[in-house]
Amino acid sequence: MQPTPEASEGKTFKFVAFSAGSQSYCLEITQIREIRRWAAVTALPHTPSDVLGVMNLRGAVIPIFDLAARFGLGKTPDNERNVVIVAAAGGNTIGLLVESVSEILSVNTDTIQQTPDIKSEATRNSIQGVIAIDEEMIRVVNLDAVLGADAGIAA
Amino acid sequence: MSGQPSIRDTFFEECEELLEALVEGLADMEDPDHSKETVNAVFRAVHSIKGGAGAFGLDELVHFAHTFETVMDKVRSDTLDVDPELLRLFQRSGDQLADLVEAARDDRDPNRDIQVVVLAELQKYLGDEDEEEEIEFDAMGLDFGGPLDLTDISDDSSEPSSQMISIRFVPKRSLFENGHEPLLLFDAIAELGTLTVSADISAVPDFDEFDSDEPHIVWELTLETDESETVLHEVFEFVDSLCDITITVHRNESASEPPPAVVDLGLPEEPVAPEPSSDPTAAEPLAKPVAVASPSSPSSAASAAAPAADRDHRGPKPTLRVDLDRVDRLINTVGELIINQAMIVQRIEELDLPSGANLTNELEAYKLLARDIQEGVMAIRAQPVKPLFQRMSRIVREASDATGKSARMVTVGDSTEVDKTVIERLADPLTHMVRNAVDHGLETPEKRIAAGKDEVGTIRMSAAHRSGSVFIEIGDDGAGLNRPRILETAINKGLVSPEADLTETEIDNLLFLPGFSTASEVSNLSGRGVGMDVVKNAVQALGGRVSITSTPGKGTTFTIVLPLTLAVMDGFVISVAQETMVIPIASILETVTPNARDLHRIGLNGEVLRVRGRYVPIVDVAHNLGLERNSDSNGNGVLLLVETEMQELNALRVEAIHDQRQVVIKSLESNYGRIPGVSAATILGDGKIALILDPEELVKLNSGDVAPMPIIANQEELHHAAHT
Repeated sequence: MQPTPEASEGKTFKFVAFSAGSQSYCLEITQIREIRRWAAVTALPHTPSDVLGVMNLRGAVIPIFDLAARFGLGKTPDNERNVVIVAAAGGNTIGLLVESVSEILSVNTDTIQQTPDIKSEATRNSIQGVIAIDEEMIRVVNLDAVLGADAGIAA
Repeated sequence: MSGQPSIRDTFFEECEELLEALVEGLADMEDPDHSKETVNAVFRAVHSIKGGAGAFGLDELVHFAHTFETVMDKVRSDTLDVDPELLRLFQRSGDQLADLVEAARDDRDPNRDIQVVVLAELQKYLGDEDEEEEIEFDAMGLDFGGPLDLTDISDDSSEPSSQMISIRFVPKRSLFENGHEPLLLFDAIAELGTLTVSADISAVPDFDEFDSDEPHIVWELTLETDESETVLHEVFEFVDSLCDITITVHRNESASEPPPAVVDLGLPEEPVAPEPSSDPTAAEPLAKPVAVASPSSPSSAASAAAPAADRDHRGPKPTLRVDLDRVDRLINTVGELIINQAMIVQRIEELDLPSGANLTNELEAYKLLARDIQEGVMAIRAQPVKPLFQRMSRIVREASDATGKSARMVTVGDSTEVDKTVIERLADPLTHMVRNAVDHGLETPEKRIAAGKDEVGTIRMSAAHRSGSVFIEIGDDGAGLNRPRILETAINKGLVSPEADLTETEIDNLLFLPGFSTASEVSNLSGRGVGMDVVKNAVQALGGRVSITSTPGKGTTFTIVLPLTLAVMDGFVISVAQETMVIPIASILETVTPNARDLHRIGLNGEVLRVRGRYVPIVDVAHNLGLERNSDSNGNGVLLLVETEMQELNALRVEAIHDQRQVVIKSLESNYGRIPGVSAATILGDGKIALILDPEELVKLNSGDVAPMPIIANQEELHHAAHT
């Protein structure tokens, strides 16, 4: 599980920072399996628009989500630099389309702040906390919450 | 200490097999002409469980098995006759034994309520002889436990009742001329106790004087048994005049050492020499191993001979226990191999090599090999449905006990092999259906008699392979579905509108709706709020379907149709709205390239195809998947005729059919979820993913059928999810 500010005091974790919908996000590095170049996917019928389709990851069929669209920031525009972050969440392997991956951050858990008390519950759930680095605010993505809406369908 | 759990595991694994043999034997005993060997097999099973349980200090299990075995033994020694009542008690005892084994394995307390009752009933058959049962049992262990359980015998050898019998067996030429085989005789003797066989080859002449028609070997047999000498004579009855036999009985003597000149031969090697037909040269190889083998102990020959004889008797094929994970890993890897093979073929085709290149032949061979490997690996997972059916016969017993109805179970085709996962995942749905069949399907004995039927109801389970699918049927000979009541219940629960005019099949299918239960009063057996919808979901999750047929007064049959394997299938590669997809061949009856004059519009959006005078609704695949069909491509496309589980014809419209191939099924559900109209995905030769269509669901999507179809609900959920 992801570290929470209360649970692990003063430990240093590595996060991968990336941008989606022109905003900065990050995921804890242990959740990430690999980062791939964007390749054409097979579209799935009857799926929400933020589900781009499925791709072949060495024989496994994994769904690809447009993270920006998932966060309501509009579809990620086609770009050569777009990458797919392959992440594991609760036994599922998924791919997240993002604009670019920028760097790996070493972050002391003490410096992760709680998500500001904003109105949208959906936002509060999908953002686990924020990290302030220099002038920038990087949002820590709660992968389970991001998947939650769809994972429920698998009956 | 570390070795302990694994030996324990082995014991419980063995118990499973023994319990299976037990159930099988008990079922065979229902036949009034069952052989004595059947009774013995049941006895052996109980006895072996008892023996193992004793080693692990499972006292409760030992006690129960012992009582069971003692009653069983009375049947075996013909002091107790098997009547249906006793047979039922045996079956219930078998169930309890299984329970106890399970409880011991899981380290929990068994359910003692029924066990006490069963135990008491068993005791009734024992009566006063209870006290001496210990001795009586041990004695019995001798004659039949002998070949099976060697440890038992060594214990028993010290029993005062046992005796040593030496037999000198000198075959005459006529013995072999009449086609007798010493090995078979020895096997028969080995049945009676512990047998040591040795051959005296001192009379075998030199090679140049060897007459292959003349027997030269004299056999010395030492039998440790408590059977009387007369039994031995019975064995030799048919060969009496064809050989010289000397039988000497020594009471309470330990096995005499074989004479020094005598050579100990394993039984399997025995037939080589005296066979009249055998080539004279056979004597040469015989002489050497004999000389070398002389110091080996007679007991080793006995122990080698005994299990061999035993194996011949029971005849199960040797098996290998393998961790399921390993098999699954292998299957996955082989799946990858198949994909990889397809990719290589595609890459090589792209190279555009001159035709007739050797490479093409090699590629074809490679393809066949890969297929063979795959089929072989899949076969590892295939298992007969027998154990599953056996479990169900227990459910029938329990259910009929609980409802006060009498029911018997008939199984057909229980050697049909099905993927292990399918068997495991079918257990719960089948249990539910069998319970339903007894509880709701069968009438009470009074009603049955009134209807002129046999008082005892029949639950029939059958399994068969048919056209690439596995068919499993659960039928009862009860009153059939009460359609007016089903409809009434559905209307009362608001599942269908009162005005709806439903066909019989549609009414039958109401049973599969979530939250439907016909039992007006909830019995403690079925009707726990779990309905047939759970059954349907479980079967659908396996890629199968359930359907019902019912005739009033005659009974109801549920049919489950399942794919043969969960991992590969043959499919057409098709294109739909420029996407490449796969459709299972098994579901397609025929393909039609339609003439414009066979196509007719009906209603607002409906379209039908005329096939041999019938009008078949057309289902546009692209439209039903929410994809835009490329209107200017290929005119009317290609139509695939499919038949739904309701035996309705439909024509699926796709753009084109490209290829027919075997595809590896990859679940979409594991990482994403269910998508209406799509059953799974596969990976094509170019590494791209193609969706595998589910024709049945597509037809349902098209008809926009009754709201309760779970698929529609799913779709709404999806859309709902999209908006939140």
